[in-house]
Amino acid sequence: MEAVARKPGTVTPAGGVKRGPLTFWERVYVVEAARGVWITTVHFFRNMGYHFLHLVGLAKGRQAAVTVQYPEERRYLPPRSRTRHRIVRRDDGSPRCVGCMMCETICPARCIYIVAEEDPDPNIEKRPKRFDIDLGMCVFCGFCVEACPEDAIRMDTQMVDLAAYSRRGMILTLDQLLAGEPAGPVESINALGERVHG
Amino acid sequence: MWMDLAIKAGLAVVMMLIVINIAGIHSWVERKQSAVIQDRWGANRAGFTLNSPLWRWLNPLLRPIIYLGLFQPIADLLKLVAKENWSPVGGMKWLHAVAPFLYLLFAFAGFAAIPFGDTLHVAGRDIALQVASLNVGFVFIFAMAGLGVYGIVLSGVSSNNNYAFLGAVRGVSQMISYEVTLGATVIGIVMVYGSLDMQEIVRGQGALLWGWLPKWGVFVQPLGCILFFTAALAETKRIPFDLPEGESEIIGYFTEYSGTKFGMFLLADFVETVMVAALTTTLFFGGWQFPYLQASGFVFPWGAEVAVGHYAVVAIQVVSFLVKVIAFCWLLMTIRWTLPRFRYDQLMDLGWKRMLPVSLANIALTGLVILLIEAL
Ligand code: SF4
Ligand code: SF4
Repeated sequence: MEAVARKPGTVTPAGGVKRGPLTFWERVYVVEAARGVWITTVHFFRNMGYHFLHLVGLAKGRQAAVTVQYPEERRYLPPRSRTRHRIVRRDDGSPRCVGCMMCETICPARCIYIVAEEDPDPNIEKRPKRFDIDLGMCVFCGFCVEACPEDAIRMDTQMVDLAAYSRRGMILTLDQLLAGEPAGPVESINALGERVHG
Repeated sequence: MWMDLAIKAGLAVVMMLIVINIAGIHSWVERKQSAVIQDRWGANRAGFTLNSPLWRWLNPLLRPIIYLGLFQPIADLLKLVAKENWSPVGGMKWLHAVAPFLYLLFAFAGFAAIPFGDTLHVAGRDIALQVASLNVGFVFIFAMAGLGVYGIVLSGVSSNNNYAFLGAVRGVSQMISYEVTLGATVIGIVMVYGSLDMQEIVRGQGALLWGWLPKWGVFVQPLGCILFFTAALAETKRIPFDLPEGESEIIGYFTEYSGTKFGMFLLADFVETVMVAALTTTLFFGGWQFPYLQASGFVFPWGAEVAVGHYAVVAIQVVSFLVKVIAFCWLLMTIRWTLPRFRYDQLMDLGWKRMLPVSLANIALTGLVILLIEAL
């Protein structure tokens, strides 16, 4: 029953914590066990009390549980978090990607597959014909975003619930990538950069 | 004679239903209570909605059940039942199958001697609300608890798995160590009430100390009560005494079990928890006694009397017993979600070096006090 010391203890020069010897009542253990049970009991009745108050519409400001009810409630994701990719469009709606293959080249998971074709606009050389990302292999390193010279690929959709019934279903095609939207008011790092650098 | 048999069978069914329901709901309580203690929600997803227009109106009724997680035990059960009935290669197939049954059987058998009410007079008959009116009820319960060890031994030995075997060895040594203390602490109770019959022990607790304090075991044997509760906790083999099982880390005797047979071990654990709650209630907290309630009604220490009809008295007694048992189940669950597991040497130290000597001293002290009271 050595492990019940609750005294703060002194920090040794080596960084470890040296605890003093246990008192008699700590060694008896029953008292310490009762104290532990008291803590859990207080939690139990406080939370149950709030649950009942919530049921009748009271004390809404106090939390009875810290659980986030995931699909309905979502936690705030920091703006820099790397989430599902999307391809940004130009003002005319065409993908901003110029098919330079930078992202495909840098991708450590080799999960980007691009087929480029000639762009009808004479000012732009190429455009992607196919642009697939296999999210089943992607490691969400964000290198593709950093490598892109056109700022065409971003990971700011805030979509994290990526699941499919087959491996094939994990492959995102160009259409799906273009359909992604930046998540609401949350600014991505790219958007921040856009604002700073104009 | 047939009537007596039918009454006994009826009592057995009632007791069985009480126990199996309290034990069954434990799997839900386990999830939800731990969640509330840890500031979580707990299971609140399992369930279904009805889409057919005929039954759609039931959905609002289903929602609170889903929200409370009450479908979760059903889902658990379906999962267990749907699993393959598997026995380990090279193990003893028959013993492997029989072990969980034995374990559960002995866990249930002890309840036969637990009284859940006083004698009920109905249609000229006296029905003792106790399945088996044994005059050695207390010995019977401990014998049954002791036989429960066989379930563990058999499951460990027949599994052809060294981890399971070691788990069984740990389980047996733990059970035996704590049974000694368990028996020794109850001696004090037997000395005070002068009987081995559970019903007599409970009746004895109806008396009053100094005219106002109910003569419950906990007041005459406070030390014995704590020791008994701790030792009984060890008998249930749940945290903090779950070294024989330790599902996730140290691997216990039912490692090689799956499906319904595994479920039986789980259920047996819950039944044992209820058993501990019932035993503590019966021996130390007055069993079915309600403070100041006599056979004729309430007799308060300040002289007031409130007459209560016979059936109402029996109903209050049974409800009082159930409420106490459920309160102890709650306490046991709280303890299980509070304390960390003991180390094995700590477990043995606690059992043999601390609890046993103290419980023996308790016996001596009790004898001394009884002698002094009688001499004065
Ligand atoms: S995030 Fe990394 S792994 Fe994923 S596609 Fe981009 S470069 Fe490849
Ligand atoms: S690096 Fe950017 S522009 Fe180049 S192929 Fe990838 S997404 Fe398109």
